Amino acid sequence: MTTPDLMIDVRALHKQFLLHNQGGIRLPVLQAVGFQASAGDCLVLSGPSGAGKSTLLRCLYGNYLASGGSIRVRAADGQWTDLAEADEQQVLALRRGTIAYVSQFLRAIPRVPTLDVVAEPLRQVGEAAGPARERAAALLARLNVPERLWALSPATFSGGEQQRVNIARGFIGGHPILLLDEPTASLDAGNRAVVVDLIREARAAGRCLVGIFHDDAVRDAVATRTLALQAAAPEAAALTA
Amino acid sequence: MTRALLSVRNLTRTWDGVHGCRGVSFDLYPGEVLCVVGESGSGKSTLLQALSWQAEPESGSVWYDVDRAGLVDLATLTGAQRRLLARTDWGFVRQHARDGLRMQVSAGANIAERLMAVGQRHYGALREAAAGWLDRMEIDAARLDDAPAAFSGGMQQRLQIARNLVTHPRLVLMDEPTASLDVSVQARLLDLLRQLVTDLRLAAIVVTHDLAVARLLAQRTLVMRGGSVVESGLTDQILDDPQHPYTQLLVSSILQS
Repeated sequence: MTTPDLMIDVRALHKQFLLHNQGGIRLPVLQAVGFQASAGDCLVLSGPSGAGKSTLLRCLYGNYLASGGSIRVRAADGQWTDLAEADEQQVLALRRGTIAYVSQFLRAIPRVPTLDVVAEPLRQVGEAAGPARERAAALLARLNVPERLWALSPATFSGGEQQRVNIARGFIGGHPILLLDEPTASLDAGNRAVVVDLIREARAAGRCLVGIFHDDAVRDAVATRTLALQAAAPEAAALTA
Repeated sequence: MTRALLSVRNLTRTWDGVHGCRGVSFDLYPGEVLCVVGESGSGKSTLLQALSWQAEPESGSVWYDVDRAGLVDLATLTGAQRRLLARTDWGFVRQHARDGLRMQVSAGANIAERLMAVGQRHYGALREAAAGWLDRMEIDAARLDDAPAAFSGGMQQRLQIARNLVTHPRLVLMDEPTASLDVSVQARLLDLLRQLVTDLRLAAIVVTHDLAVARLLAQRTLVMRGGSVVESGLTDQILDDPQHPYTQLLVSSILQS
């Protein structure tokens, strides 16, 4: 049933928000979502605003708690973990070695230089500062972040510069699973092309990517498959080839 | 899987049978920062005092990896053993620096005190260690002989942290470490704490009412209300997808910048 390079196996995933302080209103966002993704895949989430694309991505990172169903992911060591059941230490371990997440906005830490922000995922898995910074520098250069900015905190950078720092930080660790939330939203054409190349290289290297892309050209350039989500209706998810 | 450094089980300590903390359980791992958030009177500070045995627990237990050989129930140690642990392997950073410092003696003496308590006597080496820590905390080493009373609030807080870290503790407990500081000084202190925790692989429990502090510092967060933990989880999950009504209220009350 499972293919040897299966990386993500989501079944009957439900997510609803219960807003206690707003009259206990229930917002069902994901209903019975199921899909699989393998090494070398770039699964693109599509659907209108409010369909739950970002919610699904956040569930895959353990940032949102699933309300029902299972989210099984395969770690670098081959072990499967269900994020819907995992304890906090398991999720933290998966984030260190298996799942990286590129959010739309960088949550910048005051006073930490850009080079160290990007190198941090490597440092967390024990790589020495020197080689980690060298790889960070190479990636920043490729993403056209000017070298004069590397020693500064990204807190004061422009939106596009921050996004490229975020992308570098997401890609650097070589995590087998990479989640991308509109990684090219505030980039110019040249830098979008660099990100497309990075995604294709990640695919070729056997990483498994799941992403949201509003730019059609980027989506067509990177997608291997599409998962269409619809706003809160039963059986909302349909997988198309 | 790494071993827990600290394990708290069903810990209860009240001051009058009502106010305090009740039935608190959690594990803390080396290199991990745990924030305890909640409003005034929710039992956050009592929890810190009970788990560090400054206020003896009424029930429940606290287990600590005393000799790096596994968890030991602190109740089985003598008072002297627990005090040694508190002086060497633990740090305690208080909200008001003047409660954690000796205000009459010099900054250098404040830092050196814990080293002397574990037997170091060489004057030159003590001065050198103190100067090194001042430098690390971004305080001019020329102020080694000044009394803390002559320092600004932010410097006093950094001095208090240096005083605690000089013996290389593995566990640091902080009670509202940034609450009494100006916003600009807060950011600097938080950033220093982040670096220290990473560089020294410290485990820390930080009590705060400020969720932004938790977001910046802590991998995991406990939310307390009325003496009990109402929600616990990864900090980003607690802040982005809060489950308990009280946590939802706290998160929705954050001012948007």
